[in-house]
Amino acid sequence: MRYRSIVRLGVALAASSLVLAACGGGGDQATGGGASPSGATEAAKTVKIGLMGDLTGENSGIVIPLRNAAKLALEEYNATNPATKIELVEYDSQGVPEQATALAQQAIKTDKIVGLIGPAFSGESRQVGPILEEGTIPSISASATNPLLSQNGWKYWHRIVANDDIQGGGVGDYISRALGAKKVFVIHDNQEYSKGIADVVSKTLKGSGVNIQTDVIDPQGSDYASTVNKVKAAAPDAVFYGGYYAQGGRLLKQLRDGGVKAQFLSGDGSLDAGLAKGAGGNNADGAVVSCPCLIDPTGKASPASKKLADAYQAKYNAPTAIYVGEGYDSATAFIEAIKNGNTDPESINKYLATIDIPGVTKQIKFAPTGEPTSGEVYVYLFKGDTYSLLGNAKEASKPA
Amino acid sequence: MLDSFLTQFWPATVDGLSLGSIYALVALGYTMVYGVLRLINFAHSEVFMVGTVAALFTLTTIGVSHELSGVALIGMLLLVAVIAIVVSGVTAMGLEYIAYRPLRKRGGSRLAALISAIGASLFLQQLFALIVIPRLFDLPQVGGRLPVHSPDWVRLSDVIAIGDFVVRNDKLLVVVAAVVMMVALDQFVNRTNLGRGIRATAQSPENAVLMGVNIDRIITATFAIGGAMAGVAAALYLMRFQETNYFVGFLLGIKAFTAAVLGGIGNLRGALVGGLVLGLIEMYGSAIFGSEWKDVVAFVVLVLVLMFRPTGILGESLQQARA
Repeated sequence: MRYRSIVRLGVALAASSLVLAACGGGGDQATGGGASPSGATEAAKTVKIGLMGDLTGENSGIVIPLRNAAKLALEEYNATNPATKIELVEYDSQGVPEQATALAQQAIKTDKIVGLIGPAFSGESRQVGPILEEGTIPSISASATNPLLSQNGWKYWHRIVANDDIQGGGVGDYISRALGAKKVFVIHDNQEYSKGIADVVSKTLKGSGVNIQTDVIDPQGSDYASTVNKVKAAAPDAVFYGGYYAQGGRLLKQLRDGGVKAQFLSGDGSLDAGLAKGAGGNNADGAVVSCPCLIDPTGKASPASKKLADAYQAKYNAPTAIYVGEGYDSATAFIEAIKNGNTDPESINKYLATIDIPGVTKQIKFAPTGEPTSGEVYVYLFKGDTYSLLGNAKEASKPA
Repeated sequence: MLDSFLTQFWPATVDGLSLGSIYALVALGYTMVYGVLRLINFAHSEVFMVGTVAALFTLTTIGVSHELSGVALIGMLLLVAVIAIVVSGVTAMGLEYIAYRPLRKRGGSRLAALISAIGASLFLQQLFALIVIPRLFDLPQVGGRLPVHSPDWVRLSDVIAIGDFVVRNDKLLVVVAAVVMMVALDQFVNRTNLGRGIRATAQSPENAVLMGVNIDRIITATFAIGGAMAGVAAALYLMRFQETNYFVGFLLGIKAFTAAVLGGIGNLRGALVGGLVLGLIEMYGSAIFGSEWKDVVAFVVLVLVLMFRPTGILGESLQQARA
């Protein structure tokens, strides 16, 4: 998920991002404490784990929770007085690939991190991947979901979240199985993530004999009347939208205003309260949004996620949020490696190839490509301004 | 393809006219300034944006808590429109005063004014994204780059429903309001003293001065009127979509400018025709080829029109508009 939609924001933001990139590249926000890199002279050894993502930019809302969760995991670990303590160093890429590459160089050469949680988004991951490869630094991303990332032959790259192919397949199956839809209208906004997930959903549904019609909206536009007219004419059982919540809310509003009552579904890009806000009134009620992430404050899927949600709430005085579980699991993987005496990047990476322990969201185990071996897709139901877990896309039933 | 066009013909026509009306109102600002100054005022899209923010702020300040219909809706729309007109008009005048007048007084080239326009446009966008929108709507955390929404203030209902031909109240209001404003403006330019001054300046600034026309006053008035029309468009836009953002003017501005060129830039009636035609082409194009093709279709038509009628559909410019 999450390419920075520079096109949408146009020339203006592109220009300002360049300025920000220029400032951020030499920034010192990433320098941690004064621990010496070797740490040999200290009583307890300390190693540094980096965390890279958009921490202050426009999409930081989905990165800050995972940063908090990783921090929580490391603090819990350090509190046990281990032989090797872990220090978290944050790299604020603001989701800008150019900024991320500069920070990655700094992380490897100056800070000498032994592992990296992130980068959070797919676009920056694509740019930072080769640098980590060259620096032989293992990485685990909690939120980059572009399917192509695992096809570069990178040996040090991992992610703990299922990719968009798996998500699209999962939600596609849900639409045909749980909703029993015979006719589905698939809409996307032509951005890389959006088109990708919409295409997989279309393909999956076609595979199960569902009649598909498609249309494309302009992410910069505000009038989706032509799309609404098409959907109305098609009278589908369900509408799937691939894209982000700002456009998704607008589209949903215009569909409902235009009298379209079909079940509305979308992917993780729309899993935000902003969807309901944009849709206005109670238009978003009953909308089903999928995500490869597990947000489960009540422990519906596993007791571990309730435990984490409670700990998160206690520490940050905020409810658990998107990618909290994944951020925690990424940190857990590194903690496990270091606990077992692997304190240099090479041996940590070797350990990650064989790791096989239960995490909060899934079994932490990686395929040789770096993909997680188990990728569950969950569906969430909107009601009012919030959403709640409906269940695993494989088992969840139709919303009441 | 064609059957989808036939089944969607009436909805597409209604939506095309409603969308085109907003294009037309914004196009007026481009066309009037061009007629008088031979300048493309690229910051006009931001005049529209400022209008939508003012309209939205009015709505949230009044605190409309339920959906309005009938007379209450029209009354609220008028109130919102008046405030948007004032704010947009003042913005446009301020723009002229700060970004264009000093250049004109020093004999700057038109190119310099164009760059100044682009600069003013970027400045206003970022000013609103960074300061005005977060302050106005109390969003220090989220910032001003995400869309801001108004309360739901329009109760939607179908006013006309004959078979496939269904017209919703908000769409009808947009078209009616736009046409009324157009006619009023047309009469104003053709029948009043100030209007005659505008036409004279458009025809020949030098001679207009010799005839005792105060050019600066005329230019200010031209910007104010163009801004006011953008204000009306902003209020109507907010009624249709109930949201805005700092970047809302960008795409709409390009489309409105296209509409002005299509109808014949510098020509008031051309702006109306160009706006409505562009709106219809976009909707018909989407109905036939899919929504992703709508801009392609629209601009192919624009190119074709300009190939055969280089001055646009109605051709003539402001100075020749019949009195």
